[in-house]
Amino acid sequence: MSTTSGEQSSRRTVISVPEGLPCVEIVREFDAPPEDVYRAHVDADLAMRWLGPRDIASRAVHWDARTGGSWRYVSRRGEEEFGFYGSFHELRPPERIVQTFTYEGSPDGVALEVLTLEPLPGGRTRLRAVSVVETVEARDAFVASGMEQGVVEGYRKLDELMNTP
Amino acid sequence: MDVPMDADQLDRAFAALSDRTRRGILAQLTSGDATVSELGASYDVSLQAVSKHLKVLEGAGLVSRRRDGQRRPVHLEAQVFDLMTSWIERYRRQAEGRYQSLDAVLASLRPDERGRSRGAAS
Repeated sequence: MSTTSGEQSSRRTVISVPEGLPCVEIVREFDAPPEDVYRAHVDADLAMRWLGPRDIASRAVHWDARTGGSWRYVSRRGEEEFGFYGSFHELRPPERIVQTFTYEGSPDGVALEVLTLEPLPGGRTRLRAVSVVETVEARDAFVASGMEQGVVEGYRKLDELMNTP
Repeated sequence: MDVPMDADQLDRAFAALSDRTRRGILAQLTSGDATVSELGASYDVSLQAVSKHLKVLEGAGLVSRRRDGQRRPVHLEAQVFDLMTSWIERYRRQAEGRYQSLDAVLASLRPDERGRSRGAAS
């Protein structure tokens, strides 16, 4: 299943959840060259500005961006703290990032993420991110946890709208 | 949400869909209701095995069965699939939200160039 509809389709995120395979593929284009998109993924300060859950401040506790290095960051919402960690399996600027990803709240779960950056005309970039997990069930749970977050964010935005005079 | 569904039921729906035979049964039901023996004829499994799979699918709310004389045809509950499509859409929106934040980071890296190219495009 995949969704592609909508205006500005070239700017929008396209997601594929293939049936029977434990992976999710995301494709998105950016108005920036691969060097910049790559940097925004491996530079700790830049990554912390966008990588964590939205509207929550994230802080890199450990960030060793090299092939064979590792990373860990923590996102805080009030008293709640969410930790994430993984390895940089391969960093090949500015075209390929291979890393692992674990949410500490679900310590047995691990995703292998392969990010490919393809240069497009006009200094743009197409990012393709494939996440592979252990089982189809784990993949489905992964997608479903995204739902929870999405619902929470949706309600928060609704609250903001309601409170706008 | 359009369809009220509790977390346990969602777990059951995902668990039910993890099996190849059950996915095959559901695919077959998209073309119309079918009886256990009709479903069994398509697979190399016993009628008992088909019944077992149907019980799982029924428990997950993916199919229902009604009495039609001597027959008890199995019916696909399509709204569950709408729900799963909406999960994927929400997941997609979450990723899009993150990438919009990345757009902002990227725009801040080379503000002059970005500004010029946007001005030229509009």
